[in-house]
Amino acid sequence: MSSSSQPYCGEGPDAAGLFGRFGGCYMPETLMPALEKLTLAFEAACADPAFWQRYREILTDYVGRPSPLFFAANLSADLGGARIYLKREDLNHTGAHKINNCVGQILLAQRMGKSRIIAETGAGQHGVATATVCALFGMECVIFMGAEDMERQSANVQRMRLLGAEVRAVHTGTATLKDAMNEALRDWITHVDSSYYLLGTAAGPHPYPRLVRDFQRVIGLETREQMLSKTGRLPDAMVACIGGGSNAIGFFHPLLGDPEVRCYGVEAGGLGLDSGKHAASLGGGRPGVLHGNMTYLLQDEDGQIQNAHSVSAGLDYPGIGPEHAQLFESGRVRYESVTDAEALEAFHWLCRREGILPALESAHALAYVRKLAPTLPADSLLVVCLSGRGDKDLATVLHYQENAA
Amino acid sequence: MNRLDQTLARLRGEKRSALATYFTAGDPDFDTSLRLLQGLAAAGADVIELGMPFSDPVADGVVIQAAHLRALAGGQTVRRTLELVARLRETDDVTPVVLMGYFNPVLQYGVERFLGDARRAGVDALLLVDLTVEPAAPYVAAAQETGIHLIRMTAPTTDEARLSTVLDGASGFVYHVSLTGTTGAARSAAAVPLQALARLRRHTDLPLALGFGIREASQIAALAGAVDLIVVGSRLVETLAASGVDGALQQVRDFAHVLR
Repeated sequence: MSSSSQPYCGEGPDAAGLFGRFGGCYMPETLMPALEKLTLAFEAACADPAFWQRYREILTDYVGRPSPLFFAANLSADLGGARIYLKREDLNHTGAHKINNCVGQILLAQRMGKSRIIAETGAGQHGVATATVCALFGMECVIFMGAEDMERQSANVQRMRLLGAEVRAVHTGTATLKDAMNEALRDWITHVDSSYYLLGTAAGPHPYPRLVRDFQRVIGLETREQMLSKTGRLPDAMVACIGGGSNAIGFFHPLLGDPEVRCYGVEAGGLGLDSGKHAASLGGGRPGVLHGNMTYLLQDEDGQIQNAHSVSAGLDYPGIGPEHAQLFESGRVRYESVTDAEALEAFHWLCRREGILPALESAHALAYVRKLAPTLPADSLLVVCLSGRGDKDLATVLHYQENAA
Repeated sequence: MNRLDQTLARLRGEKRSALATYFTAGDPDFDTSLRLLQGLAAAGADVIELGMPFSDPVADGVVIQAAHLRALAGGQTVRRTLELVARLRETDDVTPVVLMGYFNPVLQYGVERFLGDARRAGVDALLLVDLTVEPAAPYVAAAQETGIHLIRMTAPTTDEARLSTVLDGASGFVYHVSLTGTTGAARSAAAVPLQALARLRRHTDLPLALGFGIREASQIAALAGAVDLIVVGSRLVETLAASGVDGALQQVRDFAHVLR
């Protein structure tokens, strides 16, 4: 932990893309000029009010924002502690927070004159969101997805194909998100002039961690406003799940400067941190370089990247966004983990008590709420980012139940 | 002047391009790899490029990815790769060795410790494909102190302005990636990327290496004299996997013959 008196509160990155010592740009030379151009294009877009106006227009009329903030009375009663609110990203068009980032980036791609979009996907939510904006903007779309993930998320594969995307199965390595990202990068190296790499999480080389965060900040900005108008004050605690960490960074970032708001990121603990089968990069990893950035990684002593494990395909990644690594070391955000089994229990709990099917990713955040809320006073306010809906996970949940029975 | 400088200076005097052969350290195991390395100089390799296996080699195509995974499955580590070079040096203390790989395994080993151990093992240069000029800056002084060249790469996408940055302080040689793609790309590069090479020449007097997509003797013949080092990788790695050490060495002899 850093000993500085002022913790890092989201001021980064610097011009080199660093959040403290994390982030940066570790990529083959072939991609460096493209990343520089992307940085310049993003900065120009940021300074252009028309760009943001178009972004907000699409979020309002197409995505359906603002997403509601729902008071979960039954959950609150069950736990007997904090008043629990759900930020309903699951109600966005395409069913998750991923679309916020895709809208921003497709506008950027259009500004840059690109016509071919490539992306990686784990659970398929980012793939579906990318295929969706590509259909809307009439762009060619190629999605890289691990073969194992294609099996556990077959409905999303069908959705992407219906939307006109080509889905390429990745068989290398563990055939999950990490390998899909390797393949997307290889494709980008090969087609760098024509293609725009629409990265799905707040990780990867600079400027992606900043760019994805800025397109996801809408979650936190709305939450702040909605909490103030519903309750007259800011929340005491915010909880979000973390794979790469895009929903969490977008949710937390606008409130990091309010020290009274405590933030909790929940990593996927898989079969438990001691089992070695988990996806908790902060809980069980150490700093290193993968996919263009310095961050916490699951790796062996030799620096070889280890396989992540999670029941949730969207969290099944051995790294984490670099800004989370910095928030972790500075102590501004606390990072916890819950197991597959705890996440599945929380999945059922939300289904039965509030009539909402959460994504297994989001169920990790809810599982931690079950531990946290009872420890908080009854007048405290807790908001959970319900980052996605769970229809895509039915097969996984049913499979797990059968095997557990 | 380390082995690399001496070899490249001698070949420049002879007006002959060097054949640089790439294999992955420990592919498929330590002993096979050592036997191969020990035979390379006699087969006509002027420079030995040795890949350090990494679990996630994003700049490499399927052939070299598979070699990395075979080597890792065979127990290869950074320490064992340095050991492999040290063992090679028992029988060959002349042929330059360039280690190629990705940053993370070196970072975990400790960059300065790695440079010191690499020099003691007999390494002449280091090329980390995901450590471009900007993130490499903190390590330049340490590399200079050990006498190991940190090789810079240029690509077809590197524009004029960036080229000055990339080449500022470069040493050893400059590795130009011949095409926008991963190693072993199926489409072969333009016969001789004359424009790119001429542009590089305007910026540097260092020897120029060309690699990625060089698979055939005819390509080597076309490049002879146009560049200082011709790097062949995926094709040799393929042959090693299919025909073993003897097959790979025979192919090295065939390629070397074109340049002599």
